[in-house]
Formats: sequence, C-alpha cells, structure tokens
Amino acid sequence: MNPTEETTTTQMYTEPLLAPKRTRKQEFMHLLGQNWLAGLGLFIFILFFCCAVTGLLLTSGSKPIFDPAMIRLQEKLRPPLSKPHLELLNPEQIPPLNVYLMGTDDLGRDVFSRMLQGAWVSLTVGFVAVGISVFIGIFMGGIAGYFGQHYIKTVHILFFLCLIGGIGLIIINSIFAGTVLLLLSLSTLVFFFPSGHGSAEKEPPVLKSILMANAVSMDTLIMRIVDIMLCFPSFFLILTVVALLPASIYNIMIVIGLTSWMGTTRFVRAEFLSLREQDFVAAAKALGIGNFRIIFRHIMPNAIAPVLVSATIGIASAILTEAGLSFLGFGVPPPHATWGNILSDGKNFIFDAPWLTFIPGIAILIVVLSFNLFGEGLRDIFNPKLRERH
Amino acid sequence: MGHDTPLLYVENLKVYFQRNGAPARAVDGISFGIRKKETVCIVGESGSGKTVSALSILGLVPIPPGNIVDGKIIFSGQNLLTLDEKKMQKIRGNHISMVFQEPLTCLNPVFTIGDQLSEAVRIHKPIDTKALYRYCIQLLNDVGIPSPEQRLSDYPHQLSGGQRQRVMIAMALSCDPDLMIADEPTTALDVTVQAQILELLRSIQQKRSMSVLYISHDLGVVSAIAHWIYVMYAGVIVEQGNTDQIFRSARHPYTQGLLASLPSLSKRGKRLYSIPGSVPNPAYKPTGCPFHPRCPHAILSCREEYPEMCDYGHGHLARCPVLYEKGARSN
Repeated sequence: MNPTEETTTTQMYTEPLLAPKRTRKQEFMHLLGQNWLAGLGLFIFILFFCCAVTGLLLTSGSKPIFDPAMIRLQEKLRPPLSKPHLELLNPEQIPPLNVYLMGTDDLGRDVFSRMLQGAWVSLTVGFVAVGISVFIGIFMGGIAGYFGQHYIKTVHILFFLCLIGGIGLIIINSIFAGTVLLLLSLSTLVFFFPSGHGSAEKEPPVLKSILMANAVSMDTLIMRIVDIMLCFPSFFLILTVVALLPASIYNIMIVIGLTSWMGTTRFVRAEFLSLREQDFVAAAKALGIGNFRIIFRHIMPNAIAPVLVSATIGIASAILTEAGLSFLGFGVPPPHATWGNILSDGKNFIFDAPWLTFIPGIAILIVVLSFNLFGEGLRDIFNPKLRERH
Repeated sequence: MGHDTPLLYVENLKVYFQRNGAPARAVDGISFGIRKKETVCIVGESGSGKTVSALSILGLVPIPPGNIVDGKIIFSGQNLLTLDEKKMQKIRGNHISMVFQEPLTCLNPVFTIGDQLSEAVRIHKPIDTKALYRYCIQLLNDVGIPSPEQRLSDYPHQLSGGQRQRVMIAMALSCDPDLMIADEPTTALDVTVQAQILELLRSIQQKRSMSVLYISHDLGVVSAIAHWIYVMYAGVIVEQGNTDQIFRSARHPYTQGLLASLPSLSKRGKRLYSIPGSVPNPAYKPTGCPFHPRCPHAILSCREEYPEMCDYGHGHLARCPVLYEKGARSN
C-alpha cells in the first residue's frame, strides 16, 4: 500500500463520518479540564513539587541561600512579613529577601526556610513510603488474586521460614545459628525443588507425604498475613520500630511503607479475582501470552484505578504519619526541619505566635487535600469505562 | 485436500471437572481429526462439552477443578497434552489461535485496538515499529474494517459488536496460524452481521489456506461453512459426517431431532418440533446411551449398553445401533 492511496482512502471514509480525533495527551488535558477540582489538585501538587525541589536546592549546601538553621536570638517570635531589625543582626544573619516571609520561631530561625526544607522531607516521605507500599501491595495482591488457587507445599513454607529465620539471626549477630538455618533451607531447596521425587524416595514415606502435602492455598496465606499485619495498630508499630532503629528519614520512609501495603493488597486482590475470570484474559492466554505479562500488562491497568486512588490518599496519610512522628519527637532528628516538628515546636507558643502552628498545619492540610482531589480525578480519567462515548 | 495427514488429531479425550461428589464428565472420550485447509464443525446443545474440547486443545482448561483424565491431542506430530507451559505458549496464537464467543468482553477495555493487535503480533514475531503499524493496518483491512488507521487508536467500547468480532478475528489471524478455533463467534451478533462474519471467515480460510474448527449450536450457520461435521451430545460424539450426509441423511435420533427443530419454509404454519427434555447433568449421566431418556426410538437395551459407532460408509458414522439395524432390515 503506497502512502498516497492511504491518505485518499482515509479522507474518503473518515472526514464526513467521525468526530475530530484527539491525541492521548489532548484527551488527558481535556478530561482534566472537565474536572476542575482534579485540575486544581494537580496544580497544587506541581506547585508543591516545585517548592520542595527548589527548597532542597536553596536550603542545602555549606552556605545555603535560605539557611533554616541560622539562629537569631534577638529576633525570636517575629510575626510573618515583618522586617528584620538590621541594626541587631550580624551581616550573615540577615534574611535573604530582607523580610521574614513567615515570621520566625522561638530561636529566631526563619520559618519560611524551615518550611522549604520540610517540604522536601514531606515529598520524599510521601512518595518513597507509598512507592514501597504500592509495590508490595500490587505484588502480593496480584499473586493472591491470580495464583490464589495454587497450593503451597509444607516443604516450601519450611524453606521460607528457615531462610527468613536464618537471615534474621545473622542480622542480629548470632551467626552460627543463622548459618545452620540457612544451610537447612538450602538443603531443602536442593532436595525438594528440582524434581520433587528424585532424591526424596529415600525418605520415610510418612515424612515425605507430610512435607509434600498441600498446606495452604496461596490466597489464604497472603490474605492471612494481611490480616495479621492489620491487627497491629500501625502507628504504634511504627513508633516501636522507629524507637529501635536509628532515627533517620530513610528508616521512617521504609517503616511507613512496610506497614501500609495491606489496603492496596486487598484492593488489588479483589480486582484480580473478578478480572481473572474475564474473557479478555482467556483471549490473551489463547494468544500465547505468559502469566506475568497477563498479570502486569493486561489485568493490572484494569485494576489500577482503586490502587491509584488509595496511593494518592496513601501519600497524604504518609505525610500525616511523618508529621505525627515528628510532632511526637520520633521523626527526623531535630536540627533538620520537617513540617511536623515545626508544628510541634510551635505548639508551646500557640497564643503568642499562632503562625508557628497555623503555617505548617495549613500547608499539611492543603497538600493532603490536593492529593486526595487529584487521586479522585485520576480514577475518573484513567478508566475509559467511566467516560462517555465521543 | 490431503486426506492422509490430519493437522490435528484428538483421540479419546476425557476432561472431567472435580466438584464435590461425582466428577462432571464434560468431555467423555471424543475423537476427531482436522485436515489441512478444512473447516470442521462441532455442533451440540449448550453444555454438551463443545467449548471444553476446544479449550483443552489450547491447554486452557483450568486445571483445578478441571482434569484431563485421558486422551491425546496430536498437533503436527506432538502431543499437546504433554507439552509444558512454555512450549504451549509458543503454540497458542502462533500455530493455533482462538476466537471467542463474546466480542464485547474479549478485548481489554483499557487498551486501544492498536495496542492489543500489535501485542498479539509482537508476542511471536520480532518486528520493527513501522512494519508492525503497516501490518496491523493490513490485518484490519483484511477483516473488512473501514479506515483502519483511525480504528487503531480507538478503545474497544468505541466499536460496534461486529467490528469488535472482526478485530478479534484479526488478532487470531495475526500470526498466520495453521488452525483457528472459532467458539460460537457469531452467537452474540445480529443475523445480518452474522452473515458478514461467516462470509469473512470463509474467504479468509480460502485465502490463507488454514484449517478452522468451528464450534456452534446453530445448524444453519454450520451448513453454510462446514466441510465436516461432528455432532456432540453430553460429552460424546454421536454422529459425524460431511455436510451432505448430516443434513440429507442423519442417522442418529439426536441429529434428526436437531434438524427437525430447524424452522424452514416447508414447515410454515406448523408447530416447530423440539426435542423433549434437556441435556443431562454431566455428573449424573444416564447409563447406556446418554440420549435414551429423550430418544423416540429408544428400546430396552439402550438403557444398558453404551452404543458403538455404526459405519454408514464414506466416513459417515453414527452412534445408534437401533436405527442401524432398522435400516439394515428395511434394505
């Protein structure tokens, strides 16, 4: 088929018949425009993102432009937008814009600089924690939903228990016991995984039948783990873990991520259970597409809507959790500012200097709200089933 | 037609479904063959095991609760039932492809037609993007979709039922399979669209010289495209023959009943015949001939003896010794 023929047939058929076609990007922008709340959410999110990134650039380094740690005891508890008393300050203490945009705290530190520094913390905590939890959630939910009917043999459970136990023991420095358990797990791997009956025939049949028996289905195993995880009051679990681990922002991200994947797992599993039986999955199989490709390329996009909504709300709640931890003094260690510890420091002066609580509080509110609005909007946009025909 | 070399040969296939209690014997020992460039139809009521036989050829029967108890499926020299999953994936789509009953649900709602079509091609063939685009357009042209360039960026919900079924057929054709299994592809469509799709299938089959296994409950459709017909009832093949033999001289009471219940001009004004009763529960099939409770010719021995195939010559076989003996006596 040569190109001229192609264009003429296209013109003949389509122009009088079809509505103007949009590219995907135009389509996305159009749908976003129809849902102005989601658009607003996205706008605030982009603004927040820019603030956090520029904040990181402006407040880090050896001589930052906005220095969040600069103490000016002469200038404490100044209200927002007040001019500094230049005669009281050393030259290096003068704030960069010659104004305290958001006032100063009880040590005379510039709240604007501290908010900028805290924005980056909130952003990374939100994204990394939710990234971890969504990754685990999708993986576990996908396995539970798609392979749920498959049974796990007792020997496999033993293998994983030995493996995890061994690694755990080595981590807490009892090397000998850990190595024994690891070797045990390796030996089960060698004896049982490759053939299943080649070398196992020497074992007494009772032991073999117990080891090779179907213990639990994949679905039961994963969903009961989820139930167990949900039994822990997660905030106190985080508090305990954070108290045990060295206080660092990365530990907090990982801990928040590892304790918040259960909701996603349940969503994903529920979606997979219904999508697995759909004809398009059978059709994909009939085309010779592999299981993992079916899970992640064919079923996942159909199941992503609730995950996206729960992820955006999860970002909001991770930001809140981090703020709460910092508020309680378990979060990021003190000289580093986060919205939570600005809030926590400010509560002592709530009547004298209300801006110290209101500014971080309102910032948290706006960011969390914008994430929630954007999440709701995304759900409508990404799901062609909810759209009208055009 | 190469009579000596069947492309696919199914021998004594038994697929049971294990539920609580007795296993449901959905497919209970069927044998059939498909030669190259031939259209073979499997006809039967709902629940007679047509779809399960088709799915087991592709290895798509869900293994728990399903269970392939016995049999062989020989496709170009290898037994498909003994292949592992990796090798089966190479066969699916590439050598044997399938068109499903419901075009509405067989396309993934979140991907465009172009995405799905090009994935079907790319899974089995390395092909660069430009060539892939041209090939997809050509495929859509082949199945008679107007302005394929536009359709490629459409989502399934923007197409009509007939167009979606055409897309499904295009996907099934994408890797030039040797055998296409069509599982009631026209059931969900209008009669006019149905005729178009049948015409399309026939022309494609002739052009590409592939074999088609067509599964249907609709004898009208079958008469239009079949070279060879197998009539299934309760998991067994009760009669087989070419189109002429089945439609002109059916030798099994079930086939006769099916034909009698077809509306035709000569029966105008009369009440349409229907076979009394319904298909037995596959877990509790009657002993002897599975059709005997509904059969007008049933005699006492039908209840006890499982009937053997009776040969009427030229490949025409029917599983009813009663009618065979009657015919022999009257001659």
